[in-house]
Amino acid sequence: MTPVLALIARDLRLVWRRPGDVAVVLAFFVVATVLFPLGIGPEPNTLSRIAAGVLWCAALFASLLSLDRLFAADYEDGTLDLLLLAPWPLELAALAKCVAHWIVTGLPLALLAPLLGVAFGLRHESLWALTASLLVGTPTLSLIGGLAAALTLGARRSGALLALLALPLCVPTLIFGAGAVETLAMGEDFTTHLLILAALALVALASTPWAMAAALRQAGE
Amino acid sequence: MPPALLDVADLACRRGGRKVFDRLSFSLAEGELLALVGRNGSGKTTLLRALALLVRPEAGTMRWQGNDVQAEPETWRSRLAWLGHLDGLKGDLSVRENLLVAERLRGAPEADDRLDGALVAFDLTALAARPARTLSAGQRRRAALARVAMSQAPVWLLDEPLNALDAPAQHAFRTALANHLAAGGLAIVATHANLGMPAARSLELGIAA
Repeated sequence: MTPVLALIARDLRLVWRRPGDVAVVLAFFVVATVLFPLGIGPEPNTLSRIAAGVLWCAALFASLLSLDRLFAADYEDGTLDLLLLAPWPLELAALAKCVAHWIVTGLPLALLAPLLGVAFGLRHESLWALTASLLVGTPTLSLIGGLAAALTLGARRSGALLALLALPLCVPTLIFGAGAVETLAMGEDFTTHLLILAALALVALASTPWAMAAALRQAGE
Repeated sequence: MPPALLDVADLACRRGGRKVFDRLSFSLAEGELLALVGRNGSGKTTLLRALALLVRPEAGTMRWQGNDVQAEPETWRSRLAWLGHLDGLKGDLSVRENLLVAERLRGAPEADDRLDGALVAFDLTALAARPARTLSAGQRRRAALARVAMSQAPVWLLDEPLNALDAPAQHAFRTALANHLAAGGLAIVATHANLGMPAARSLELGIAA
């Protein structure tokens, strides 16, 4: 097994040993989403119009919720030193951690979202657009969130600081993610939106691992 | 005298604006053990972290067989086994899983016999299936030492390895260290206690002004 796969497998196994951590994130996603109809009222037209934006915002907050432990747990038990000392690039280790994070948050959020979309009265082609946009967009959230987690490692109140750093950087993904669903609802082609989401994910993929590695080395000093 | 493998010259490190040590030089040949001694805060851990390239030294050179280790950090890291003051164990993984993952992360080929050997050497066989979070501090330290012992890395960097170890575990550690040195490895060990190794050279770090 290559070291990168070994790291992903280790993080997935750790999540498997503590399924509650993921359950909390998914439960937060459901609860936060369900609060909107209660606050806004049961008017179906209003709900189906705001559904994409609400679900995308809730997915963004939910994926940030688990990010403050992404590197902090390794930092506290000393296994981060082992990654810093591994004879292969730290950039790949940081990327592997984000991949594992996406598998246990972004992916289940994307699969759960259409169920909640039904509750908002989204039509079935909009549900498909919602899942597709979340599948393409959530990797960006994991990567940007990973960068914020690496930068705030060892800081006090790192959870709040992490959200402050990550949220503005996630705005383009949010706009085009929710936009994809709206565009389809208006009967237009949403491929452009998906391509822009994919482009944002590729930009994050090409830039964040280096920044994460630099931040982790700094934290290791 | 055998030729030096590791050659450290004029090393200086600064932490938080304060010079921790300056113009530090030593060299180690095959099978040599260097004990770093000194008061708390004298820079033992900083020196180990500088040798592991975790801390960037302000000045000085570190050479392995004549090659600057900072020029090829990954080659140098593949020669290191590290024990920090944290044990580097995942609480939710068993002792055996922890050792296995650590080996995979080093990119080492799988070798069950080496793993079993390390478990036996540190009397961990009965604990191998237990999650690391259920172990006592001394048991976790033994697991961390087993990780070092099974790595087959030629250079051991150990920070206070005897912490929390009882007498039989200290004996197991000395045996493992003696085997490592007899096989031609080097070890640099920061300690405030007596290591109890007869052949140890020691380097006293003082608090630099």
